[in-house]
Amino acid sequence: MSKPTASSATRTLLDWAERQYQMRPDDPAVIFIAPTGEETIITTRQFFEGAASYAQALQAAQIQTRDLVILVMDHSAAVLYAFWGALMIGAIPSIFPFLSDKLDPAMYYTRVKALVAHSAASAVIVSEAYVDPLSELLSPDGTRLIRESQLVPTNGEPIFDAGVGADDIAFLQHSSGTTGLQKGVALSHRAVLNQLASYSVAIRLTPEDKIASWLPLYHDMGLIAGFILPITQGIPLVLISPFHWVRDPKVLLTAIDKHRATLCWLPNFAYNFMALRTPQAVTQSLDLSSMRAFINCSEPMSADSHRRFLERFAPCGLKPAALTTCYAMAENTFAVTQGGINEKVTVDLISRAELSAHHRAEPINSDEPSIEMLSCGKPIPNCQIKIVDDQNAALPERAVGEVAVRSDSMLSGYYKRADLTAEVIKEGWYLTGDLGYLAAGELYITGRKKDLIIVGGKNVYPQDLEVIASEVPGVHAGRTVAFGIPDERLGTESVVVVCEVDTEDEDARAEIGRQVRMRIAQQTETALQDVLLVDAKWLHKTSSGKIARGANREKYLKEMGIE
Amino acid sequence: MQVRDSIRQFVTKELMRKPNYKLGDKDRLISGGLIDSFSLAELALFLEKTFNVNPDNTDLNADKMDSVEMIAAYVEAHRK
Repeated sequence: MSKPTASSATRTLLDWAERQYQMRPDDPAVIFIAPTGEETIITTRQFFEGAASYAQALQAAQIQTRDLVILVMDHSAAVLYAFWGALMIGAIPSIFPFLSDKLDPAMYYTRVKALVAHSAASAVIVSEAYVDPLSELLSPDGTRLIRESQLVPTNGEPIFDAGVGADDIAFLQHSSGTTGLQKGVALSHRAVLNQLASYSVAIRLTPEDKIASWLPLYHDMGLIAGFILPITQGIPLVLISPFHWVRDPKVLLTAIDKHRATLCWLPNFAYNFMALRTPQAVTQSLDLSSMRAFINCSEPMSADSHRRFLERFAPCGLKPAALTTCYAMAENTFAVTQGGINEKVTVDLISRAELSAHHRAEPINSDEPSIEMLSCGKPIPNCQIKIVDDQNAALPERAVGEVAVRSDSMLSGYYKRADLTAEVIKEGWYLTGDLGYLAAGELYITGRKKDLIIVGGKNVYPQDLEVIASEVPGVHAGRTVAFGIPDERLGTESVVVVCEVDTEDEDARAEIGRQVRMRIAQQTETALQDVLLVDAKWLHKTSSGKIARGANREKYLKEMGIE
Repeated sequence: MQVRDSIRQFVTKELMRKPNYKLGDKDRLISGGLIDSFSLAELALFLEKTFNVNPDNTDLNADKMDSVEMIAAYVEAHRK
């Protein structure tokens, strides 16, 4: 494996790519498992030559260095090539969230158009299925459309000198939804290289490793850990489609077994999901002993999820030490901390009463009610963490406050949104919006300051859902609230929407409920756990007249007898 | 129990976790936002256990499984 160095020769991701191309041309770079189960092995040479065909097509379309290129594609080998093809000519690729069968296609295309317009993208690379609707929408604005089928695989020489520097933007990461698409996280080559170097050390990456992943490539965990890290470090990647995995979760486990994978990143719900939904017949012959680390990341982690997973798969050779943790965010490229590599993940039992009364995480003394906190581990070598209060003053050990991060792998800014960047970076520290504490140098996350719901690792912005629910006929405009509630069975959050309505007619209410669910599913892919329709004046407002999400959540939980 | 009722009961009780929800035969499950895609794997296990029908994973989508009626038709067509 090529070790990251600070030498001037390594300036961009392409320098590392070139090293892999020269050192291991015939080694597998990606083993792509199609939904039919068919496997395609792509060698390093094939990978970069495939990417070169996209680079040529982009050049032929007059795409210039520093132009933004949006990839509206299905999960496929093609999207991997297109991403690197754009990097090869110094353009800035960004993978658009995939279209699922829940989302309304018309809504999806409108979002693409909105993103292209506000980010001034020069070109869109599209899978065949999206060509017609998108060319109709985008052509009038002069956006160039590059179709997957236009590309002819060539044996052309890959380009490894794109004429860009270390501080130029390499790519953007977007999260989905109206709010998420406003914030394209722009990362420089230097930031990404620093992250890869530091994180590789933190996870003790070696040439013997092999990564298995089903993660979507538009999400930081999938893009960095499940694509860019293995490609640049010469680690084989066994890649499954997220749509395939969600329907047939055992496919990840059988792929780990067959390819003797050693590393796999998962959001917390995936532990519960696979423990619950892997058929007994599969586990009888499954061997997971090759796994060095399952890395739990991107949504609140639970010790209970680890226990369920271990209980279910220990008979398959899963080692307890293979359950590890990580705290990460796109704004830091990816990882901030890593726990559990070469040591057991620390579990901190803290007093529930102290936490709620004094915002302190105190170890329990007796058999008082406690909360079991799973450590995110220590900061990786290039990251610093501090916990701050509302005035950004540092707080002592075990005091709960907002988590602030500083590193050399942070975003250059939100793309073309200096205003949003200034809101979250203060004196060089990125304010994460997460609440947590430090104890013995390790980070624990207790909650969230910002109003954000994380469902199965995916960010859902409550304001997006509230706007959609407000538009349903019969709902009082502006009198809706969305929030997350814990779903212990699935190890993630469920989403609840409460709407004030006038009608007391049962059928009319049922129809409003159906409309709220359907519109939210089609526009945001979120299936609501509950839609509660209430009479006028049920919802609490803040003194400034805004709907108070926290207070309404408490009221809902109380009325439902949940907490 | 009829196939449809058995499917309906499973969907409302196990997937939606709202056993009292009045779920119609044609109510859209996936595109209507009643169940999420994480539920499809569990639905497949249920169909296998209850009806000995083993759906191909490419059939687990809104085109084939979007209502109680559609799932029941799938079961009838693939029952061994």
